[in-house]
Amino acid sequence: MLKRVHFPTSVLPYLLVAPQIIVTLIFFIWPASQAMYQSMLIEDAFGLSTEFVWFENFQILAEDKHYYDTFWRTIIFSVCVAFLSMSVALFLAGFAERVVRGAMTYRTMLIWPYAVAPVLAGALWVFMFNPTLGIFPYLLEFIGYNWNHYLNGHQAMLLVILAAAWKQVAYNFLFYLAAMQSIPKSVIEASAIDGAGPVLRFRTIVLPLVSPTTFFLLVINAVYAFFDTFGIIHAVTQGGPAGATTILVYKVFNDGFVGLDLGGSAAQSVILMILVISMTVIQFRYVEKKVDY
Amino acid sequence: MATIKLDQLTKSYGPDEVLHHISGDINDGEFVVIVGPSGCGKSTLLRMVAGLETVTSGEISIGDKMVNEIEPADRDIAMVFQNYALYPHMSVGENMAYGLKIRKTPKDEITRRVNEAADILEIREYLGRKPRQLSGGQRQRVAMGRAIVRDPKVFLFDEPLSNLDAKLRVQMRLEIRKLQKRLGVTSIYVTHDQVEAMTLGDRLMVLNGGYVEQFDTPIELYERPASIFVAGFIGSPAMNFLTATGGDGLVVLDNGTALATSLKTSGAVIAGIRPEHLIQDPEGVLPVRVEMLEQLGANTLVHGVLDGTDTQIVASVTGIQSLPINDVVRFSPAPDELHLFDAKTEKRLS
Ligand SMILES: Nc1ncnc2c1ncn2[C@@H]1O[C@H](COP(=O)(O)OP(=O)(O)OP(=O)(O)O)[C@@H](O)[C@H]1O
Ligand SMILES: [Mg+2]
Repeated sequence: MLKRVHFPTSVLPYLLVAPQIIVTLIFFIWPASQAMYQSMLIEDAFGLSTEFVWFENFQILAEDKHYYDTFWRTIIFSVCVAFLSMSVALFLAGFAERVVRGAMTYRTMLIWPYAVAPVLAGALWVFMFNPTLGIFPYLLEFIGYNWNHYLNGHQAMLLVILAAAWKQVAYNFLFYLAAMQSIPKSVIEASAIDGAGPVLRFRTIVLPLVSPTTFFLLVINAVYAFFDTFGIIHAVTQGGPAGATTILVYKVFNDGFVGLDLGGSAAQSVILMILVISMTVIQFRYVEKKVDY
Repeated sequence: MATIKLDQLTKSYGPDEVLHHISGDINDGEFVVIVGPSGCGKSTLLRMVAGLETVTSGEISIGDKMVNEIEPADRDIAMVFQNYALYPHMSVGENMAYGLKIRKTPKDEITRRVNEAADILEIREYLGRKPRQLSGGQRQRVAMGRAIVRDPKVFLFDEPLSNLDAKLRVQMRLEIRKLQKRLGVTSIYVTHDQVEAMTLGDRLMVLNGGYVEQFDTPIELYERPASIFVAGFIGSPAMNFLTATGGDGLVVLDNGTALATSLKTSGAVIAGIRPEHLIQDPEGVLPVRVEMLEQLGANTLVHGVLDGTDTQIVASVTGIQSLPINDVVRFSPAPDELHLFDAKTEKRLS
């Protein structure tokens, strides 16, 4: 028979969880509820009065073509960032297994970018791609390509994608490396004996076996591209030129703090909040599910 | 089908040489077992034949072709790993078909061969399952199946049975033996289990510390071990070793007992006698003080010391015997079953 232990009721457990609850309340629940409240207000042009309008801000967004454009831009940006950083990380991790000499250095160097603050990472890329001073525009000139991301929206987009992906490569690399190291060496050897060359081995054995990691990283990278790239974009392009690199988070900031449309900005952030919550739910669902292979 | 030739093979990891000048020829269709204690280099040698380890010096030839620089894929070999190394994300059928698919075998040919191999190994009903849904023994069969569908020139086995329970091990041992004879494929099998080695191998290559101690048939290893190591490694319980001084037609043990032999020796020698060749004999020249009995039913192992010395002696006597502990029992060695080794080189004095 199971013996049940009864603890005397005391305040101790409540005290122990209190800091966590207080932090959550102050830094998450309170601002979130404020944002929700804000999203239902409209301020007049002079900031003198506010009006409670229920969902009008959302309605405005739903009819705003710019908002849809931003939405699509964000999706394209995120897909590119996730795809680029994950494929580069996968590639590098695949080689990390083969590097013998200086393996530690190789790995450490690859992990460094992750420790760089987003704004600094952005500054680095801005500098490298500065149309007049940067090294890459200079080199591109030789092949007759004119680089100026201050004017060319596509180039600006490409640049923020590069910068954002570069920053995330390290993180993805670590996960892929761990996943690859957990594949038994003999499985790879068996496929080598079965006649598969390095490329085929990677495609038919390694790739399927790291697919759980790929799914996990897909969500993480999407969340990253959606929400954590603000610093990079702010440092590199400030959303420009002409909004070409304005993604959803940046628009929240821009509309709210620059355009001073607090209600609209709050409505956007509520939408973002719903997005991040749903992504997190997807991820938890997935992590809970048994890996199927 | 093919012969395998090892010529002065050496393997070093950095400054450490782990295999020293291994030579030996394996005949077409022969089953050779590489046997030796843990860490002696068995796996390394096998993996060199497979092409999974580089050759430091020397040559490996498979079917008259030097393969040192040839990729594992192009050596036309199949290997069964200790942990089976099945592809976890593929079904049993896909596991077996993988090598054929890569070699662009026609589809119906693949199906035919997979089914044929599955029938031989009685795993047909599992073809649709993933490896994780199989027991250890079934996985072992799948690993075997994956090797035989390819119809390679050479089979390589690295301790394929060591993860199975004792009973299954004996059963699979027999099956591997039958299968190899039936297919007639040249095979190299690595194990540290001398019983497995003796029952499976046409010939055994006994490795010790990276050296080949002896490469011969099981009977020859048992009857004429080339060194003290082989003598002690082959046979269970292990051979008894007694220090002695050589002479003409006899050796004299440390306690003064003289044992007859057909050899003329001199200096310090080691006399070896197998437990099953010690015959209980009231007139025997070897007085053994009994310390412990091991009753195995069919025979009884008598553990003791040579009286007056602290040399351990094990004798195997038939049937159930109850000898009083601490009494002295006399044994005599069976005629011509005395093995003599040089005390210094530890090699056989023939
Ligand atoms: N990659 C390696 N680097 C350095 N030394 C190694 C390496 N692989 C094996 N060795 C050494 O080579 C020797 C032989 O190893 P090997 O794996 O062939 O032994 P084994 O006979 O198969 O042993 P076991 O029965 O335990 O499997 C060992 O001393 C081992 O330490
Ligand atoms: Mg081994």
